[in-house]
Amino acid sequence: MSNRVEPVVLAKRARKRFSRPWASLTAIVIALLWTTPTFGLLLSSFRPEEEIKTTGWWTFFSQPNFTIENYNEVLYGSGSSGRLAEAFINSLVITIPSVLFPIAFAALAAYALSWVEFKGRDWLFVGIFALQVVPLQMALVPLLSFFSQGVDVGGFTLMPAWDLEGEWKFVQVWFAHTAFGLPLSVFLLHNFMSELPGSVIESARVDGASHGAIFRKIVLPLITPALASLAIFQFLWVWNDLLVALVFASGSETSPLTARLADMAGSRGGEWQRLTAGAFVSIIIPVAVFLTLQRYFVRGLLAGGVKG
Amino acid sequence: MTFDFLDQIPKFVVLGVGVLAFLLVVLGVLYVGNIVPHRPKSLTAGLVFLIPTLVLVSIGLVVPAIRTTVLSLGDSRGEGFVGLDNYVWIFTDPQILGVVRNSALWVVLVPLVATAVGLVYAVIIDQTRLEKLAKTLVFLPMAISFVGAAIIWKFVYDYKQIGDQIGLLNQFMVWLFGEGATQHWLTMPFWNNLFLIAVMVWIQAGFATVVLSAAIKGVPSEIIEAARLDGVNAWQMFWKVTVPSIRPAIIVVLVTMSIASLKLFDIVRTMTGGRNGTSVLAYEMYAQSFPGQQTGRGAALAVVLFLLVIPIVVYQVRNLRQRKEVR
Amino acid sequence: MARTTLARVSAPCAVPGPDDYPRTVPPRTPMAGADEERSGLMTIQRRRRFAALTGAGMCAAMVVTACGAPSEDSGLSEEELDCATYEEFGDFTEEKPAVSIYTPITDAEGDAFEQAWAPFVECTGIQIQYEGSNDFEAQIEVRVTGGDAPDIAFFPQPGLMARYKDDMVPASDALAERAAAGWSEDWLQYGTFDGTLYAQPMSANLKSLVWYSPKLFKDNGYTVPETWDDLIKLSDTIAADLAGTEGAKPWCAGIDSGEATGWPVTDWVEDMMLREHGGDVYDQWVSHELPFNDSKVADAVDKAGSILKNEDYMNGGYGDVGSMTGVSFEEGGLPILDGTCALHRQASFYSAQWPDGTEVGPEGDVFAFYLPGNTADDKPLLGGGEFVAAFREAEEVDAVRQYLASGLFANARMKTGAWASAHADADPANAADPMMQLTVELFHDEGAEFRFDASDLMPGHVGSDSFFDEMTQWINGKSTGDALDAIEETWES
Repeated sequence: MSNRVEPVVLAKRARKRFSRPWASLTAIVIALLWTTPTFGLLLSSFRPEEEIKTTGWWTFFSQPNFTIENYNEVLYGSGSSGRLAEAFINSLVITIPSVLFPIAFAALAAYALSWVEFKGRDWLFVGIFALQVVPLQMALVPLLSFFSQGVDVGGFTLMPAWDLEGEWKFVQVWFAHTAFGLPLSVFLLHNFMSELPGSVIESARVDGASHGAIFRKIVLPLITPALASLAIFQFLWVWNDLLVALVFASGSETSPLTARLADMAGSRGGEWQRLTAGAFVSIIIPVAVFLTLQRYFVRGLLAGGVKG
Repeated sequence: MTFDFLDQIPKFVVLGVGVLAFLLVVLGVLYVGNIVPHRPKSLTAGLVFLIPTLVLVSIGLVVPAIRTTVLSLGDSRGEGFVGLDNYVWIFTDPQILGVVRNSALWVVLVPLVATAVGLVYAVIIDQTRLEKLAKTLVFLPMAISFVGAAIIWKFVYDYKQIGDQIGLLNQFMVWLFGEGATQHWLTMPFWNNLFLIAVMVWIQAGFATVVLSAAIKGVPSEIIEAARLDGVNAWQMFWKVTVPSIRPAIIVVLVTMSIASLKLFDIVRTMTGGRNGTSVLAYEMYAQSFPGQQTGRGAALAVVLFLLVIPIVVYQVRNLRQRKEVR
Repeated sequence: MARTTLARVSAPCAVPGPDDYPRTVPPRTPMAGADEERSGLMTIQRRRRFAALTGAGMCAAMVVTACGAPSEDSGLSEEELDCATYEEFGDFTEEKPAVSIYTPITDAEGDAFEQAWAPFVECTGIQIQYEGSNDFEAQIEVRVTGGDAPDIAFFPQPGLMARYKDDMVPASDALAERAAAGWSEDWLQYGTFDGTLYAQPMSANLKSLVWYSPKLFKDNGYTVPETWDDLIKLSDTIAADLAGTEGAKPWCAGIDSGEATGWPVTDWVEDMMLREHGGDVYDQWVSHELPFNDSKVADAVDKAGSILKNEDYMNGGYGDVGSMTGVSFEEGGLPILDGTCALHRQASFYSAQWPDGTEVGPEGDVFAFYLPGNTADDKPLLGGGEFVAAFREAEEVDAVRQYLASGLFANARMKTGAWASAHADADPANAADPMMQLTVELFHDEGAEFRFDASDLMPGHVGSDSFFDEMTQWINGKSTGDALDAIEETWES
């Protein structure tokens, strides 16, 4: 690393020239544009209902009027005190496997697609890549009937109905999220893995290492940062998902935070006091997770993850 | 009812079972991976690693894709065969043509604008003192759900004909141009599309910033140094050195965003419900299929959506071939 | 447009309040009814029980049902409840079978249902698993076609429900008999397919209502109009009286409602169809025997336009006619409170929209009068409501359907929150507020001709898509002819 110090200093000097006042100004304008809307929402969520509806949040500065009533209503109103906590646990139970499965499976698949050679490999990769665009909405009905009715081919039952009840419905959600998350994960990890130095893997092969061993001992350590950043993405996606949850995790026993909040936001339009507070409750966890794990995220990308 | 943690234990049991199953599958694959031929060329070895993915993807995506294609040739109940009628409808109905146009607008503007903003921002903040903070600020919207973002922006765009504005954008109009300049942004024909697109750009730019900023740091310093010695100015440095060096990263960002824009659905649903000419293909597909009960038409829209991505796929294939030649 | 009726009108759960709620307490919190119930209408035992549960800061019945907890856990003992009245529905206390109900009704209003049937659950042993979703219209399609239909669903749109008749279980003879005793043919026809009753009605919303301020009327000597012409005269008078007030107009409206934007306009048009042409033509229009761009429909639309698109009348408190597309339906009538608007045509369920502290009643801050017919004797009633459809054939499912078709349920539900039923046994005295009382009374009126909201009966892509969309554009200036032609075209194709 030490021999990189000088170029970095050089690079710094190179950029200095770029950082003219207008550049700083551009950066400040972008930063403001990107944060003000969220800030306005946050501020509004602490204002009394009447004021949210009649005056802009910026008037808060001239006549501050602070209340946590909106949060009380969203968190504890409408009999949700127990259920919101329950929904939180549901979100957790849904999210953990829904992140683990697709990323592990994608890593295995990406290994095969980049370091094991077989006929039609590239077409398979392109095929999986193209599946990214199959709209989730169109996959809901077939997948649901797969669970509820099994698979019949010409009267012969290939796979019986799963008939999952109660908390076992979580299995459906994991299955759905894994299937839907795989194409993008395979695509990104393949990009990453195919950039790994071939010589290392070659020499391991010469030493007689098996594919399993190469994956475990050489590839896995090298792609850990990429896995971490992908995990954060998948986490954000699953945690924020509403559509999959509505279909596969129906019922208060399994439905996650997003579904509960969507119900609470119920009547839309005018009910800003609920919407603002509700939106913030739903935002807080992913933002916290992102902020704490940001380090790994950036590290993953820095490790050369996005070389195309 | 008080929240009783004990009631939740079965869920953790299920979670435990799930994680156990996960470990079994992964270890199983790796175990078999040890037995199969060690040669670099082996169909068996490839399949062993691919099996979990292939099974899940087939059930979850391939079968639905085929089913959708079949349904797109059928009527509203998904029964009778109507040939290409649904496709004729898509390309003759003026309203649906508007939807197709809107989707085209999204898929062109979102990746371009978001990447441009992300790139410029990444270059400006690179190596500055507040880089980390600056990056975080712009990336935060990524952590917000589409629905949450839509609520935030609906608030920004809010419009009152009489009385004080509570929407920031209209308040700005009042401050800058006076009372008469306020607009009902979300019902302005055509322009309302751009206001929705702005929301997607807002969400996606952070992704571009973080990815491109990482890529910029990966540019070999020798190249920058050499360019510096040649006396290039900042502008030239940007176009001749930075951009070409991070081209692959830019492409990944563009491709990912294009696909995300094509599939976009929540923002339109939450903000306008597709009214006033703001519908896009993914939303229209949903609206036709489920609440609208037009199974055939919804499916046909999905197929069109699928076809639109073919150029991106072709591009990806070419990319793959090129890379192989380089190697 | 019924899907918005309950699904989008949600209100916070009542915080246990003083037991001496005045009768005119605003149903902003639909559970206000529950408080009232505690205050005296119930038997002592049940009262104690509900008070205890609500006292814990909770919406009661969830304990018994939603969480699937066995009823013993709810802390009730059987002897507190007189189960004799529930014997007719059978005894399932041994098996405790579960019946799932899926509805578009969420939040506090959903809780009010669970509260209403808590005694039924307790006595029969049937576990009702209630699930409400704002995304009902889409989800029910996914679930039924995906083979994962709920046992029972509450459909606010008979037109939507008709699609699933092959999957639905027809009513048993006993149920059909019970339903026939409870509702008029006007109502039952919407749940009857090919001569067989599949789904009985449940709740009822009245749409032919105009909200106003009784105080403003009293102060200015206005009287409630009894004919259409009187209404127009009154509007002109108010317009003249308000001419000096900044931003004030006699009428106000808001039609923004997300995906369903435009539905309040369609309600106007439907009311005018009934007034101009009567029930038979209305039925032809709904079944498409009468083309959508027929001159009769155009007449009705123009009649609606004589108020809706009249710049002298619209849009009090919000601006000009065009402003209503940017005002949410929830906010549409609020200017009545500050006097910048005097009249707002909206359904009975709008009573949930008034802010806390607003008194709803004939002597209060706001109340509603019947939107007059062309003559005083002409009484067409436009309304909406939910229908109870079943997707599983089983004894326990039938028992729940029977119960939901009973007067017992209708009265219990009326007590747990702002809610009305057209059931013959529904006693207006049990209504949670004067508005609901008026609604039940109007539905019981023998001389009235009831028709269901047309947009809920038409095929989905017309009734809840092009009709909404074109009417929104019509408000924005599109001509009546062009708008109706465009709707007709979507129906043909």
